[in-house]
Amino acid sequence: MNVISEEYGEAQAATGPARSEPVVSVRGLVKRYGSREVVAGIDLEVRRGEIFAFLGPNGAGKTTTVEILEGFQQRTEGQVSVLGHDPATAGGAWRDQVGVVLQESEPEPSLSVRECLAMYAGFYRAPRDIDETIALVGLTEKAGALGTRLSGGQQRRLDFALALIGDPELVFLDEPTTGFDPSARRAAWEVVAGLRQLGKTVFLTTHYLDEAEYLADRITVLSAGRIVAEGTPQTLGGRDHMTTAISFTLPDHVQARDLPPGLSPLTEAGPGGSTVVHSDSPLFHLQMLGNWALGRGFDLPDLDVHRPALEEVYLSLTGPASNKDPR
Amino acid sequence: MIRMTLHLFGYDLRAFLRNRQWQFFTLAMPVLFLVIFASVFGGGGNTTHVAGGRISTSVYYVPGIIALGVIAACFGNLVASVTTQRERGVLKRRRATPVPAAAVIAGRVLTSVVVAVVMAAVLLGIGWAAYGAHVPGRTALALAVTVVIGAASFCCLGYALTSLIRNEDAALPTTTAITLPLYFISGVFVAVTVLPHWLADVGEIFPVRHLADALLVAYNPHTTGLGFAGLDLLIVAAWGAAGLLIAIRKFSWLPLGR
Repeated sequence: MNVISEEYGEAQAATGPARSEPVVSVRGLVKRYGSREVVAGIDLEVRRGEIFAFLGPNGAGKTTTVEILEGFQQRTEGQVSVLGHDPATAGGAWRDQVGVVLQESEPEPSLSVRECLAMYAGFYRAPRDIDETIALVGLTEKAGALGTRLSGGQQRRLDFALALIGDPELVFLDEPTTGFDPSARRAAWEVVAGLRQLGKTVFLTTHYLDEAEYLADRITVLSAGRIVAEGTPQTLGGRDHMTTAISFTLPDHVQARDLPPGLSPLTEAGPGGSTVVHSDSPLFHLQMLGNWALGRGFDLPDLDVHRPALEEVYLSLTGPASNKDPR
Repeated sequence: MIRMTLHLFGYDLRAFLRNRQWQFFTLAMPVLFLVIFASVFGGGGNTTHVAGGRISTSVYYVPGIIALGVIAACFGNLVASVTTQRERGVLKRRRATPVPAAAVIAGRVLTSVVVAVVMAAVLLGIGWAAYGAHVPGRTALALAVTVVIGAASFCCLGYALTSLIRNEDAALPTTTAITLPLYFISGVFVAVTVLPHWLADVGEIFPVRHLADALLVAYNPHTTGLGFAGLDLLIVAAWGAAGLLIAIRKFSWLPLGR
């Protein structure tokens, strides 16, 4: 961006989109650096009031995409609408409605937490209350401390406060907890979850699965610049349709073929009586299995019921095999 | 826009006044240089030849060190602080808000100009109290205008240089490497009259010499008229305009070194 082409869009009305319209809408977005394609044609839609997680490994193109949505980078191709405007040309009135937590940004040097917020509050037409915003991110006790003297987790909370001080409609969070210890991550998650209560729309990028699973209403997985899966934390990658593995070891005198007819076709018998039933209705099959074993007077002490974790789904989606360029 | 500029100016100035390193390089160092050079070369009734006559050498140093003070505030400090803010993502975050880009720059420039004007006043005061120098009231306006034109021009050059530095650690060494030799060949540390001709000619190319000359004209008690050094001011302003053009084309709000 250069100085001259950046005009404050006074004239631009800050009319948000109608309630039914998506807050973020992306069609066929492509970003190339020279011949290198970082974002290879993606479509996205984020609805009002939801927490949307953009999940993917490092280098997948998440930050490039989010910086295009924030107006920091120009796209190569495609249509992008954020709060009804094109971020590449939107002005100050649009920025009044958008809060941004950058992946890396240090506090304003030599200013206290409260001074940083007072400075930023002056940039917006209708800012939130400063002390209330400090309390929202849990920095009340540090309000008088210099921003640069805070711990990493506290600085991140100051980043949240600065992104919220303008009372935005939409908040971008670019890898908000990278490098945090577990308790700092929890604290940051509570702040993000609090944004849902405030009715904000949140666009979150992360490479942590548990973060997406804990916070997001919907997840889109990006790998090598392409969307490889979309869904809720429960349905992502067909997770809800995947079979549950019921595994156990049969006693010596019992064979897998003795299992009730309802289970036999689902069964995979291994050496030494180890057996796996691949079930799409685990409770029903467990009851059948239990009745059968108890009726014959034995227990299945190593019984294990395993549902595919989101992590396995994710790794299968973004693993080396799925990174092959289809062209 | 003006309200936003003043808003940012308030916080930029506060941040400036709290930074020890900046206080030293911008506020203390010019005073130190004035005391050192005036004491070393100005003692024993030494005089220096200037237009229209001779003045005490310690008095001669006052306008030169004012030039140094202006350059320290508007070039050295500005390059260091703006490069640091850019590389640490502070400027990028400010650009994610509705604040106009021009207000961010104007607020920072205003900080440097105000510091430069205050430094000029402090150095004049020291010259008056310690070396019996005085500012002729007739040329006071010229002196003030020269300080402000010099300050604004070096701010433009500062933004231009910032655009070319990719790393915050390189900022201070780079500005020092540029300005220190120029102080020696521009009549700031050593009177131009004692320099070899070719060295003085090299100094003539750069704006430090012309700012120092313009300040000397406005400060020199032998000056007749209002004390405006038109050509020198024009050359300083032309350098500033060139800097502005580079800054407009090259200035980045985003970190360059990461």
